[in-house]
Amino acid sequence: MYLQEAQSKTLIARFGVRVPDGRAARTPDEAAEGARRLGGPVMVKALIHAGGRDPVGGVRLAETPDEAHAEADRMLGTPLVTAQTRPEGEIVGAVQIERMLDFDRALYVALMVDQRRAVPTLMASMEGGTGIEEDAARAPAMVQKYPLDADGGHNPAALAAFFDMLGVPGTHAESVLETVEALIRAFVESDATLIEVNPLALVEDGGTVALDAKIILDDNALFRHPELKAMNDIAKGDETELLAQANEINFIAMDGEIGLVVNGAGLGLATHDMVIEAGGRPANFMDIRTMATPSQIATGIGLLLDRPETRVVLVNVHGGGMTACDRISDALGMAVEGRTDTPPVVFRVAGQNAAQARAAAAALPIRCTVSTDMGEAVRLAVAEAGR
Amino acid sequence: MSALIAPGARVMVQGMTGKAGTFYTRLAMDYGDGEGGGYVAGVTPGKGGSAHLGLPVFDTVRGAVDETRADASVVMAPAPRAAAAMIEAIEAEVPTVVCVTERVPVLDMVRVRDALRGSGTALVGPNSQGVLVPGARKLGVMSTADALPGGIGIAARSASLTSEVVAGLSAAGLGQSTTIGIGGDPIHGIGFARCLALFRDDPDTEAVVLVGEMGGIEEEEAADFLAADEYGKPVVALLVGRHAPQDRRLGHAGTIALLGSGTLAQKSALLESAGVLLAHTPEDVVRALRDGAS
Repeated sequence: MYLQEAQSKTLIARFGVRVPDGRAARTPDEAAEGARRLGGPVMVKALIHAGGRDPVGGVRLAETPDEAHAEADRMLGTPLVTAQTRPEGEIVGAVQIERMLDFDRALYVALMVDQRRAVPTLMASMEGGTGIEEDAARAPAMVQKYPLDADGGHNPAALAAFFDMLGVPGTHAESVLETVEALIRAFVESDATLIEVNPLALVEDGGTVALDAKIILDDNALFRHPELKAMNDIAKGDETELLAQANEINFIAMDGEIGLVVNGAGLGLATHDMVIEAGGRPANFMDIRTMATPSQIATGIGLLLDRPETRVVLVNVHGGGMTACDRISDALGMAVEGRTDTPPVVFRVAGQNAAQARAAAAALPIRCTVSTDMGEAVRLAVAEAGR
Repeated sequence: MSALIAPGARVMVQGMTGKAGTFYTRLAMDYGDGEGGGYVAGVTPGKGGSAHLGLPVFDTVRGAVDETRADASVVMAPAPRAAAAMIEAIEAEVPTVVCVTERVPVLDMVRVRDALRGSGTALVGPNSQGVLVPGARKLGVMSTADALPGGIGIAARSASLTSEVVAGLSAAGLGQSTTIGIGGDPIHGIGFARCLALFRDDPDTEAVVLVGEMGGIEEEEAADFLAADEYGKPVVALLVGRHAPQDRRLGHAGTIALLGSGTLAQKSALLESAGVLLAHTPEDVVRALRDGAS
């Protein structure tokens, strides 16, 4: 679960991290009012569920409340396209109005789990600010890693030495250490998979202030954080994917004509690859999870049938365990029931109960081509889409 | 012999009395060489002393090991309790633990990996289809419809794609020695490199198939392992996600780029320079092994 900036700051502030005075605004008038209350220049920042906002006009300085009004008016209700959003961008529903702070230097600080060592790892750089991801890709030594214990434990003196080595000035050594220790607690106690604070500004009074924050929480751990789960506000455009999730299906929408019904992430990726290499364009990526019931799978198939762009549905399922193939033919039957405009279906299943499933699919009142071979099924679907 | 699971392995199930545990344990007991699949016990805290599926149920792993000499465990406990179950089995020094549970929290797996440090346990999973020794032992939830005993070892990040490869190999008369699902989560037990070592040392394994995808570090570690020394057996890798859009969450959770995760093109290049034959489809895998064997 991706927390946007305002939520991320609320969360880390709870653990004692200093964040700028600010508030979210949903209208230009609220933005101007927010700027008036703060006094002086403010930052106007688009609140979306992705980073990369700065280079595309999603973060602007406003000297006066009128300017804040104008910037908010420009951002609100329009899609912001960044390198990290889907191609059509995300509609900006709110902006953050924040006091502008003067600072000379800023850190980049992030916490993640290192897959090789399987421990939470701190990553930090004295070159905080916009563009550090790109710069670090060219010069990886710019970001230094500091592995923590499994529970986030660490030796405070050694951690202080790490920041000294990075070049944190003595004036800010204490507040940087306090802030980073608060972030470590936030990471472990909130079951985050990513906390990124960039820039972490070193301000005049010797303090450090998190000017931006990005947090990704572990969806699989939300069961023990009901208060965080309640923060989930759905990004516009993600409704389809969330409906699929609720039905035990991983679903990513794309803009092609070939609807894919596949079980398992690996087979889903393989099918997607094969369709593209055969010259077709997938409408989606699908991974039906093991626990999905036929009616849940029918809901997933329905998402494809509801799109006018879907010209053919390609079923490619390898049945086993709880996902026997006849569950898929049952689901297809449920999904097409009552529809008169079902596009042609290429039905390819293998594994447990494959023969019954093929017979059941062929008997449905739709145009259904049954295939026993994955490569052939892909070719048939691509040909059908191009008809 | 076979890699990881001996043909005579004695298996317990942690979480056997639950719905999924019951469903899959029954299937696994019916599989193999007719000794109840090698299953000897269940473990469910609070249900010790009862029986389920004709097997004794124990409160603790230690109790099950002491009474039944179980030497492998399948963890089917629900996600909130899976890490505690894995750690209990590791602390009881069970040699092989296979966890099929999906959606285990990442930081729980960090704690499990901490428990594994210095232990002799080989953990497979979580979010794994399990380990299959065709014709002998099924520790997991995979399809067995097409499995055939033979000489191909398979290590895979994906269950359904493994089934696809197994079906293709079996149809071509190429049986499997052991199939291992290493699981799709970012932090998990044994990886491709350890599987390669097990298959190298297994006299029944003649060739190895790796089923990988974009993201994560498994393919890089496999390439490092293979480049370090003469492997002596053919290795074929099927890598999928060649056309997955960047920055979108496709595939397994393990595919989120966390730290130092390479692109599929980089993974392919590393594996190829370590002597691995690359396959694009399950059909390619069969072709590579059939032609390579002749």
